[in-house]
Amino acid sequence: MQYWRTPLDAARMTGAHGDVVIIADRCKGCGFCVEYCPLDVLVMSREFNRKGYHPPAVVKSGGCVNCNLCEMICPEFAIFSVARPPEAELQRAAAEGGP
Amino acid sequence: MSVAKVGTRTDFPAEPPEHPTAPYLRMERIPHVWCPGCGIGTVVQCYATALGRSGVDLDKASVVSGIGCSGRAAGYLKLDGFHTTHGRAIPFATGLKLGRPELQVTVFSGDGDLTGIGGNHFIHAARRNMDLLVILINNFIYGMTGGQNAPTTPLSARSSTMPFGNFEPPFNVPHLAASSGAAYVARWTCLHIRRLTWTLEEAIQRRGFRLVEVIAPCPTLYSRLNKLGTGLDGMSFYHDNAVIRHGADTRELAIDFQKGIVCGKFVDEEKPTFSELMDEHYGRVLGEKYVPMPASGGWQHG
Ligand code: SF4
Ligand code: SF4
Repeated sequence: MQYWRTPLDAARMTGAHGDVVIIADRCKGCGFCVEYCPLDVLVMSREFNRKGYHPPAVVKSGGCVNCNLCEMICPEFAIFSVARPPEAELQRAAAEGGP
Repeated sequence: MSVAKVGTRTDFPAEPPEHPTAPYLRMERIPHVWCPGCGIGTVVQCYATALGRSGVDLDKASVVSGIGCSGRAAGYLKLDGFHTTHGRAIPFATGLKLGRPELQVTVFSGDGDLTGIGGNHFIHAARRNMDLLVILINNFIYGMTGGQNAPTTPLSARSSTMPFGNFEPPFNVPHLAASSGAAYVARWTCLHIRRLTWTLEEAIQRRGFRLVEVIAPCPTLYSRLNKLGTGLDGMSFYHDNAVIRHGADTRELAIDFQKGIVCGKFVDEEKPTFSELMDEHYGRVLGEKYVPMPASGGWQHG
């Protein structure tokens, strides 16, 4: 993320970040997670899973804020988010030329 | 003879990673039978999350369901569960609760099973304020048996037994429960995942007859017979048409075909349950002779 000035509490505060885990072969392609992800992290992929449905795929890696919405709305227990560990987050910020 | 795989993927993961809800589910039975886009799985997810947050001892929680698509939930949740005959989830759960008062008993079933076949049990459990949490999934139709008209099918909606549209006035389920004496009555749609989870968490902590009605899409029967599209179309209908009115008068909660759905918590009262009334009454009338059921059950557990 880009800041126009470094926030005063930047040293103390870390935004939430997460990674999405998709259990593709359990998905039935309903599209709930893709539609309701508040940050549009997911899309329906063009690939087929073992049952012939299109599972979701992550398009905005690093966009997930670990809100768990996809996990809660999925009727198939096929997707969940896990908190990204802080070191991984720092590395990502460094790679993006962050603060 | 080797058979070519459908599709082009070959990198199927051998062992899928564990879902956080897996400890609450019988994973050997997943994937479940519910259709793509059906909302029942979402309600199971919300219930499992609420149960986890409530800190209830899982060995002391049990789930009872009747027949129907929603009734399969008892088989997927990794709790002591029982899949009863059609409509008889509440009587079974009543016996379970009275026989082992320490259990947290949840009835998980559908609109047809609970208000149709088992309608009488529903109103009498509410009247007695039986200590049960009832999660009623309302998809306006009998799903598993082929889309027959249910007591909740809105006026003018089509079902397989009402191909020209339903002319029977449906039940207003929260009003039915509240007017029969339920202590806690709420309604959400399965799009309201956060609120539904909070409500279930709160309802688990309350006592008495607690009804949580959850409106869910049935893409295979209700939506198909009424040309309402997929499960996702159902969710977006809830998004546009559900309104939240906590404490609303339950008389105003009837659902018309493809009209607004009023959600929220309507009743939350503290009042004596069936067991408390029985203990108080017999304790007064019979005195020493009356032995209340011990928390862990009768002679078999004593
Ligand atoms: S909500 Fe679940 S079943 Fe539906 S598309 Fe997403 S991962 Fe697949
Ligand atoms: S028939 Fe309807 S209620 Fe039953 S699993 Fe399919 S979508 Fe769900």
